[in-house]
Amino acid sequence: MAAVADEGTVSGVRRKPIRWHIAVFLAPAVIVYSMIMIVPLVGTLEQSLFQRVDGQQVFVGWQNFQTLFGDPRWATSFWNALWNNVYFFIIHMLVQNPIGILLAALLSNPRLRLRGFYRTAIFIPTILSFVIVGFAWKLILSPLWGVAPSILNSVGLKFLFQPWLGKEEYALTALGLISVWQFIGIPMMLIYAALLSIPDEVIEAAECDGITGFSQFWKIQLPLVLPSIGIISILTFVGNFNAFDLVYVAQGAIAGPNYATDLLGTFLYRTFFGFQLQQGDPNMGAAIAAIMFLIILAGVCVYLFLVQTRLRRYQF
Amino acid sequence: MIFNKGLLAATAAMALVTAGGQAFAQDVTLTVESWRNDDLAIWNEKLIPAFEAANPGIKVVFAPTAPTEYNAALNSKLEAGSAGDLITCRPFDASLELFNRGYLAPLTDLEGMANFSPVAKSAWQTDDGKTPFCVPMASVIHGFIYNKDAFDQLGIQVPTTEAEFFAALDKIKADGTYVPLAMGTHDLWEAATMGYQNIGPNYWKGEDGRLALIAGKEKLTDPQWVKPFEELAKWKPYLGDGFEAQTYPDSQNLFTLGRAAIYPAGSWEIAGFEAQAGFKMGAFPPPVENAGDTCYISDHNDIGIGMNAKTAHPEETKKFLNWVASPEFATLYANALPGFFSLSSAPVKMEDPLAQEFVSWRDKCKSTIRSTYAILSRGTPNLENETWTASANVINGTQTPADAAAKLQAGLDSWYKPAGN
Repeated sequence: MAAVADEGTVSGVRRKPIRWHIAVFLAPAVIVYSMIMIVPLVGTLEQSLFQRVDGQQVFVGWQNFQTLFGDPRWATSFWNALWNNVYFFIIHMLVQNPIGILLAALLSNPRLRLRGFYRTAIFIPTILSFVIVGFAWKLILSPLWGVAPSILNSVGLKFLFQPWLGKEEYALTALGLISVWQFIGIPMMLIYAALLSIPDEVIEAAECDGITGFSQFWKIQLPLVLPSIGIISILTFVGNFNAFDLVYVAQGAIAGPNYATDLLGTFLYRTFFGFQLQQGDPNMGAAIAAIMFLIILAGVCVYLFLVQTRLRRYQF
Repeated sequence: MIFNKGLLAATAAMALVTAGGQAFAQDVTLTVESWRNDDLAIWNEKLIPAFEAANPGIKVVFAPTAPTEYNAALNSKLEAGSAGDLITCRPFDASLELFNRGYLAPLTDLEGMANFSPVAKSAWQTDDGKTPFCVPMASVIHGFIYNKDAFDQLGIQVPTTEAEFFAALDKIKADGTYVPLAMGTHDLWEAATMGYQNIGPNYWKGEDGRLALIAGKEKLTDPQWVKPFEELAKWKPYLGDGFEAQTYPDSQNLFTLGRAAIYPAGSWEIAGFEAQAGFKMGAFPPPVENAGDTCYISDHNDIGIGMNAKTAHPEETKKFLNWVASPEFATLYANALPGFFSLSSAPVKMEDPLAQEFVSWRDKCKSTIRSTYAILSRGTPNLENETWTASANVINGTQTPADAAAKLQAGLDSWYKPAGN
């Protein structure tokens, strides 16, 4: 470094020395991130442009994507999975996040007793494995030995019971609600933290102005936690469009009944790895993965450029 | 836990046998690759000692992998050249792929192959049927297992025709003590494997229909292929409450707890059911349309064994394969694992009465394999997987038999071109 600096002064030109330390300090993170994230991502995108012909990988351009959207069979499966995924996301946005916010608001009420207990109890399902959650709910909802039919029976509401996971019209909603049950702790915790970080002066000022109770939450607290709600929405979006595990555990890779619970994740899994007698097709799988990546990328971009910039303006 | 114990035992067994191998350096040691880690004890205690006693100088090591990892593990071992001498073969395309890539040796001139019928060999040969590459070991047979006590109590005779079958179901349903049929549609494959592939062969005439379908002479929309779906659709009222969400273990438990009268079965259930059920059980083959019709059963090839093309001891390996093809092995294996039947043409004496009942159908009925397994499930959409969904839909009543068949045929047409057409 000293030599470089000397040279700079000797030649009389004010040249900025190359700041090697920046590269050196960034290198570990950049290298590790590239190795485990960027390289596989580019590899997948590349793979989606190839197809196996006579045992050789041959470049076929956009042909896989043409098959995916042009072949009626592939297209039907794809749009079905995409719509199911959107529906799955809507359930989370309509049920998980509002209830999460509500729970957070209740928990942040200083007069509530046993707050720590509720907080922990509601958060616990989030740390459970999908395998346990899927299995437990399959048992709860089982028409043969489940708790759900016997509880409904004991209050005389047996007629309300349906084999939810086996009916085309209910299965996806049931899975969506199971997922909501599992992950409701996350929006609750984030909003709870955001509510706690609201300065007391703001709340006190509101109280001086006569705004208390529900209208305080609605007019003061909610606008102040909007950025957190934005973050939660984007987390929900990314999580839902990558969802796979719960469907796989509860319904199997064919996502029955009649593909009613097929998400992009399970569709990708069947295509990429194959299932039972179906041989895996890594190239078509990569094409689906590429589309999933684009959907998530688009969603995140919309959030970053349209929603978040406005939120910031609102805040200051 | 069973899986863990299996692995532990496998490791221990390998360590032991490796030590043994060093002590008798002149002995040739053959290693068997397999996914049947449940069978480790049977191999080590019964099969291998019997072979080694008859063939001094050859040692055999049974080295199983977990079933879900077997295909991947075997592929990488074969690529690396570190696979065992003997390879347990999955049926149909998975093994054919290994043969085509030169990992499995052709067994055309193996004398023991003469002990097997063409149907038995069909799962492990080239598409033209000329070159076999695995010795058939075992098959599973479909049929119905019933609760004998329930049948006696209700005064029901074992049904042989469709009409009798539905009369029996009606009687069980009217009585109300038992769920007539223990089957669910949640897991999809139950509906296809225990339903469609179980009763189907009677309608499409077993091998005749299956081969005609492959040759393109019959279509899935032909009446003989739609009829099984129509029959399945009639099962709906006899299934348990909420059968749409009933899983495979649910069905098994429902039957072994004595709450259901008839279980559409595969013979692999025998050992488990006999351990669980506290009542007498019997079995009957899929009922035929009219009394006196020829009956057909699904006698599906499940396990074979082949030779690693790169083995260092081809002679000894062939000796072992010939022994696997012998009636002696067939008897040992079938008795150790009731429900997995030897594919050998030689008669095999079995002790288990339920297994005897199943295997006795081979004499009076014609055997076939599952219609979707050979050749027809090579493309996308995959016929076997589509059949799962179609069978479940038909039973759930969300798709008509004709629609289901039309959709399957359209899917098949989209990629399958029969040879010669």
